[in-house]
Amino acid sequence: MQELINRAKSLLESGEVSRVLGWRKGETDWDVEPAFFNSAEELSEFIYNGFCGANLSKYMIEASKLEGKTLVFLKPCDTYSFNQLCKEHRVDREKAYIIGVGCKGKLKIENIDAAGILEVRGAGYPDASEILTVKTLYGDREVSYKSAMLERCHVCKGKEHMVYDERMGESADTSDADRFAEVAKIEAMSPEEKFAFFQSELSKCIRCNACRNVCPACSCRKCVFDSTKFDSAQKANTTSFEEKMFHIIRAFHVAGRCTDCGECSRVCPQGIPLHLFNRKFIKDINALYGDYQAGADTDSKGPLTDFRLDDCEPSIVTKRG
Amino acid sequence: MPINHEEFRPTIVAFCCNWCSYAGADLAGSSRLAYPADVKIIRVPCSCRVNPMFILRAFEKGADGVILCGCHPGDCHYSTGNYYARRRMTLLFSMLDYLGVENGRTRVEWVSAAEGVKFSETMNSFVEKVRSLGPNVRLGDLRCKN
Repeated sequence: MQELINRAKSLLESGEVSRVLGWRKGETDWDVEPAFFNSAEELSEFIYNGFCGANLSKYMIEASKLEGKTLVFLKPCDTYSFNQLCKEHRVDREKAYIIGVGCKGKLKIENIDAAGILEVRGAGYPDASEILTVKTLYGDREVSYKSAMLERCHVCKGKEHMVYDERMGESADTSDADRFAEVAKIEAMSPEEKFAFFQSELSKCIRCNACRNVCPACSCRKCVFDSTKFDSAQKANTTSFEEKMFHIIRAFHVAGRCTDCGECSRVCPQGIPLHLFNRKFIKDINALYGDYQAGADTDSKGPLTDFRLDDCEPSIVTKRG
Repeated sequence: MPINHEEFRPTIVAFCCNWCSYAGADLAGSSRLAYPADVKIIRVPCSCRVNPMFILRAFEKGADGVILCGCHPGDCHYSTGNYYARRRMTLLFSMLDYLGVENGRTRVEWVSAAEGVKFSETMNSFVEKVRSLGPNVRLGDLRCKN
């Protein structure tokens, strides 16, 4: 962490960058929030640890409109989102100085709580990535690192940064699960079971819009769900189908652009597995239109802005059963 | 023919493209080919104008089945609109299936302006299919239903 701060300070002092986009401690030790730092003094608040799950790519949309370059720290999976935003001309590559930071999997506080560890005051950044030492009010506790990881880290996209100016720190590929296993499990259910599953998950939705606000792909200036003429701006005045419609449409709007960064599931205060929608679209796109990873490059055509003359007909859904 | 009020009559929304399918429906009418009155046709400039939200809204507001009709691939008035629509609808229908909505309630059919017979046959078979599935409860407002 200290070398990241030192590097940021020297870049700020040399005038190469005008500000730094990173993370700082929030209200609690595990609640780390994205932050802009404008001076070397402010950088004393900079933090980089296992709780820095937040993807900073989306903040570069605003930073691209400011004077001067912004130093941004991106983890390997965040660079996919940055690339995708570059492709959509939402961020300016010239305005960003990207330091690719190492990542060995990020932590989810709920998982640590579930292991019976309470009053967390911080967590060490593991070297061996087997056992994680958690600092608590009652002393140090240990938990298996894998069990404390975010869901998205179990299907890690790899340790390579897709775009960077320089790289610092070591990364590790933490994937240990099949990315589409959960989707395939739901697909195998009967229609009644599928409906019951999604009804129970989505009825928890409080329409806080956290998933939309955090999503790097959900960056439209005007969102269809903000329209007051539409009965869908808030949950209170709508029907019980509303939350299902919100999540189907939101997933559809990011289909083909979603990099599967998993931020939606990470921020959901109700713990709804929102990645299941995005992954379903990704699975279908891969199966029907060829393997595609959004954000792996900045010049390919997205699957929904492209077509082939011999694409399958929509009736394939019925035939596939 | 006496009307049987006990029988379930589905509400079907048909999105028809202005250039082919709407003209096809017109031809079906002027050729006096029968298709059920349960089908409510909405004219759209192109099949690609149909946003996934249109389909979900139709279901929410009480439709039991939604069918999208457009020009045959390759014949689009705007050259490529129906190719994009085809990809979108494939993904949307797959998603609805994933959420547990019977996949017989949605369909895409390509009907040209000369295919009045195909239009009438498509609508007859689709209405029959939706009728066999019964009323749509999953996509509507569950609070108003028992």
